[in-house]
Amino acid sequence: MAVVIVDGQEVEIGADERLNCIEAARRAGKEIPHYCWHPGLSVVASCRMCLIETGQRDAATGKVTMVPKLVPGCQTPVKDGTVIVTESEKVRESRARVEEALLIDHPIDCPICDKAGECLLQDYHFEHGQPERRADIHAFTSRKRDVGPTISLFVDRCIMCTRCVRFTREVSGTGELMVTSRGAKEEIDVFPGFPLDNKLAGNVVDLCPVGALGDKDFLYQQRVWFLKREANVCGGCSAGCSIYTEHNQDTVYRLKPRENPHVNTWWICDEGRYGWHHLHDSARILEAGRRVARAPGGNGHAPLPLQAVEWADVVIGIRADLAKAGRLAVAVSPMLTVEEAWMLCEVARSIDSSAFLALGHVPVTGDDETFPGGFTIRGEKCPNRQGVEEVLATFGSGGRSWHDLVAHVAAGHADAAWITAGYPGPWIDDAQAKPFAGLSCLVVQDLFDSPLTVHATWRLPAPGFAERAGTWVNVAHHAQSFRQAIRPPAGVWPEGRLYWNMLGRRGLYDAAAIRREVAGQSAAFAALGDDVPPTGVDLRVRALA
Amino acid sequence: MKPTDPSITWLEEKPLGLAERLYLPLFVQGLATTARHLVSPKVTVSFPEERPTVGNPLIYRGVHRLNRDDEGRVKCVACFLCATACPAHCIDIVATESPWPDREKYPEAFQIDELRCIFCGMCEEACPVDAIELTSLLDLTGKSREEMIFDKEKLLSVYDMTKDSEPMKSASLGGTL
Repeated sequence: MAVVIVDGQEVEIGADERLNCIEAARRAGKEIPHYCWHPGLSVVASCRMCLIETGQRDAATGKVTMVPKLVPGCQTPVKDGTVIVTESEKVRESRARVEEALLIDHPIDCPICDKAGECLLQDYHFEHGQPERRADIHAFTSRKRDVGPTISLFVDRCIMCTRCVRFTREVSGTGELMVTSRGAKEEIDVFPGFPLDNKLAGNVVDLCPVGALGDKDFLYQQRVWFLKREANVCGGCSAGCSIYTEHNQDTVYRLKPRENPHVNTWWICDEGRYGWHHLHDSARILEAGRRVARAPGGNGHAPLPLQAVEWADVVIGIRADLAKAGRLAVAVSPMLTVEEAWMLCEVARSIDSSAFLALGHVPVTGDDETFPGGFTIRGEKCPNRQGVEEVLATFGSGGRSWHDLVAHVAAGHADAAWITAGYPGPWIDDAQAKPFAGLSCLVVQDLFDSPLTVHATWRLPAPGFAERAGTWVNVAHHAQSFRQAIRPPAGVWPEGRLYWNMLGRRGLYDAAAIRREVAGQSAAFAALGDDVPPTGVDLRVRALA
Repeated sequence: MKPTDPSITWLEEKPLGLAERLYLPLFVQGLATTARHLVSPKVTVSFPEERPTVGNPLIYRGVHRLNRDDEGRVKCVACFLCATACPAHCIDIVATESPWPDREKYPEAFQIDELRCIFCGMCEEACPVDAIELTSLLDLTGKSREEMIFDKEKLLSVYDMTKDSEPMKSASLGGTL
């Protein structure tokens, strides 16, 4: 066991761990300020903010020999007996000088800079800088230029940490960004005609420690200190990246990646990052509705109008209608959480004990796309196919797909169907919806109107990804539990709440209670019995143990 | 603290003296005060026919205004610092990219709910460009709640109305711009 001494405090590190001084000091609860170093990128040691004093303790005599000069903590690996001093006068003085140098021609436009409030330059200057400004340069504005369709570069705010440049070279592998000119005239730029336009481009904004790179989608929308963040999971594809949903007054303003070594490391793709706009689409279905009598399907008659129904009546009405109709077929959408899918199956089986349960439509766009840095965007554009399949298997309906359900309905084996959807985009065409027209009762739960909702007896609104609570299992069997980030629009009940009430349970929908029940009853979900850590659990590892 | 606490000193009411018990001397004293006010100058103002005088308009906290710069554009840079400082949450700003080259962003919409406002003046203190100021206008009335939500145009018109009688405070108080 190797021991590192951080400011006189001994920290043990694993024998095969390769840490630098910043990581080792963090173990001791000491934060070494740094701009250019990022755990996901190569080390350049160019910002000089992490300069510290180091030395070596002789194992035999216990005598400490210090290195006379300051060394960059990011570039200095630690080993047994390494001594790190992070708070000496020499280190403090060095940090103050680095801050002063960075601020010489940094425009002090914090009031209009979107990074203000989460800016490392602000934070470090407050902690390590000096209060007065000795330079007589007073820049108040920054040049701004477009570097890509989603990203703006505020040239003068940049401190040349080159995190963004290294990201495009090492992680996205596209290499659009570069450093032009030299010395004090250094600038980040793109080659003319080759904009920063790749599927991971948004990450450079998160990487930027200052306000130099701005996300056009979020620029000027909201000051960051108004935002509240909720640890969430992206519902854009089956990778299930850990994210923060940042919102204010039930409006999402942006999504940020949440560090999770098991899933997405530090990144998310742009599709996921900007994939929240459908939550606030005015075309969303916002109330539960029922057609009193349906027009005969497929003969060209306009469908009868939907009549709004109170949710208390929905809870009773759906059960009564489906029970009256007879043989039931249920599509369990891969957008549902494990808890919701489980409760839906329970509800379905309590209405019709031989109900035909199947996986809902699985949207697929292209193939999986892996980037040089190891990040993968999945082609399967739903977050919980694995979880729903496991739930269905527990209910003895494993392996049934959406196509099996359509064939089942088309063959006339069902009198009623309950289709859960909740897809952010169009997913079904008229031809596929046609077999459902002949059913005597059709319940459709979706975000938007589709060819299927035309035939629906009950049209129910579905919640978006940030409005759900529960657990999603990604393509690699990694389960992550999350809470509801924002409330759904007025008039929308999350599916969990509806099923909870249909099962006759008391009180408010409690995803954690259902999760523990599922874990207790299904071996596949046994790992979810305890509290799920923020980074999630691997279902297979516990299943093998 | 209990009533029996030794650190509490209990005071007894003084017994009435001879003058108080006679009643008449105090009665005369009261009448004298009334008589003095009958002949002294009036301080009551017949508002609204007559306007009260505001001591120092520079520190009076009345209706807000949004200042204009030399070119007549709104001075505000939509930094939201007033909305952040506002304890009553009555300021609502929608920021957007500014159409002018010397400015990065500006308020597309700027609303102050004057009914919610507590006239504390924190917005004025927070403003880094002295764009929002409180004037000495004190009679703030309206026929509906909606009317009392002042938008950008109305706040700018307050500036146009008051700029001559009340110069921008920034110059006289050593502001930033």
